Amino acid sequence: MKLEMRDQPGQLVAALQPISAVGGNIIAVIHQRETPAATEVLDVQIVLELPEGRLEKLLELLREQGVSVVRIGEQRLLYECTLITIGHLMHTDLSDTVDRIDTTGSAEVTDLSLAMPAINAPSSARITIRSTTREEMKKAIRILRSVAEQKDLLIIEPLEGV
Amino acid sequence: MRIAILGFGSVGRGIARAILAKNLDLTVTGLADSRSGIIDPAGIDIAAALAKKEEGGPCGSRDVSPADVVAKADYDVLVEVTPTNVDDGEPALGHIRGALRRHKHVVTSNKGPIALAYPELRDLAAANGVFLRYEATVCGAIPLIHAMQEGLAGNTISRLYGVFNGTCNYILTRMAEDSLTYEQALAEARELGYAEADPTYDVEGIDAAIKLVILANAILDMRTTLDDVERTGITLLTPEALRLAEDQDCTIRLIGEVVPEAGVLRVSPRIVSKVHPLVVEGTLNAVTVGTDLAGDLTFIGKGAGSTETASAVIGDLLYIRDRHVQGS
Ligand SMILES: NC(=O)c1ccc[n+]([C@@H]2O[C@H](COP(=O)([O-])OP(=O)(O)OC[C@H]3O[C@@H](n4cnc5c(N)ncnc54)[C@H](OP(=O)(O)O)[C@@H]3O)[C@@H](O)[C@H]2O)c1
Repeated sequence: MKLEMRDQPGQLVAALQPISAVGGNIIAVIHQRETPAATEVLDVQIVLELPEGRLEKLLELLREQGVSVVRIGEQRLLYECTLITIGHLMHTDLSDTVDRIDTTGSAEVTDLSLAMPAINAPSSARITIRSTTREEMKKAIRILRSVAEQKDLLIIEPLEGV
Repeated sequence: MRIAILGFGSVGRGIARAILAKNLDLTVTGLADSRSGIIDPAGIDIAAALAKKEEGGPCGSRDVSPADVVAKADYDVLVEVTPTNVDDGEPALGHIRGALRRHKHVVTSNKGPIALAYPELRDLAAANGVFLRYEATVCGAIPLIHAMQEGLAGNTISRLYGVFNGTCNYILTRMAEDSLTYEQALAEARELGYAEADPTYDVEGIDAAIKLVILANAILDMRTTLDDVERTGITLLTPEALRLAEDQDCTIRLIGEVVPEAGVLRVSPRIVSKVHPLVVEGTLNAVTVGTDLAGDLTFIGKGAGSTETASAVIGDLLYIRDRHVQGS
């Protein structure tokens, strides 16, 4: 997610401490000179990851520090995982396989590459899933695993980084 | 130090050749293959036995059985290098018990008895005041067990994962390199002697799973059996899947993984970045050990082969020689 605030003296420092206090992880701090240079006021954007349900607490702490949050950006799909699946993907309704992940709401298939060598031969697909949190990613992979079991598909997971 | 060797195939002969070629201070007083045996307290003529075997004959006399060698020969260490049986570990398991009960140390390359009966054999060895060592059972030449037991003593191992089967690694390497189908790569592996006539044991991940069980039980203090390993082999992999991985600078390898804390024991094909240290070519093995004090360590080396496996057996023998008093 993204927090935007005025860069008045001391605000940035005041903002960082509460973020770590609620277990957040800062991904980027971006200064933006949107307003006319003459005013000498900077906008600051902080891109960060936050454990589920900690946003309210963070905002409360920020208020206590006197930091004014101008805008809270959208939640983004920060986690990405690419898997390969092999089997009779079309016969077993590939779009249904994808739907089962998309309907979770917090994880979605953002990329799909399909290779079909010959009719009746098993096909292979590379599926990229994105999710808002690591937990959601684990859940999406669990769903994919159980769908694969039902449909007799082989799932090849990455060695690292789920 | 006097040793008796059970099994005079690839590994047994590799040990014999190393003893002939180098001054290892090892005297072979007992030797057996499936059909014959020799017992000679003064030391067997190893060169002659090798020659007989190479001509296709038995290594010794048909009047001497492997059980005779175990029970009657004069030796300090039994070297058990007969074929692996993962159903009941026999006849190797009985031979190992017999030697331990005679207060003889045992060194083995045979996965069966260690995977099936490690706790019992460890206790039997301890009760008889002798060593039981099995470095060669996992990853051939790589001294993984020594490293974890001695070099990394005091570390807590959080994860252990890698390429434990050279046959599968060869097949996957070839599928990726030349877009071979699984069947084509397997046929090539057979021609080169990397795969057995019946490759099930390797390609279904059973061999890798047995090695995980050995490491889990012997090194990581887990109590597991082959059935506890979640296992997927490589038989369904397609050249297209390898290409889809390749498009992202990755490849596919059969990875064995143990995470003691989470109780994970798993053998499955996985997508791995091509620059990952575990991505080794051909029949090589590679294992990463994740520890708390030492960080991550990756070991790479030959997982099979006559001389390479003999190296692990000899390492165990000299370990024992340096720590024990001759005779019993
Ligand atoms: N080869 C490797 O690179 C490697 C690597 C790691 C571990 N290992 C393990 O090491 C062991 C030996 O492998 P290997 O490749 O040397 O096998 P191998 O070439 O098949 O040789 C097995 C030897 O054992 C003998 N044998 C069979 N049954 C016996 C019995 N009941 N009593 C006494 N001897 C018997 C055979 O006799 P005959 O000669 O009469 O047939 C043969 O000499 C296996 O457990 C294997 O899994 C091998």
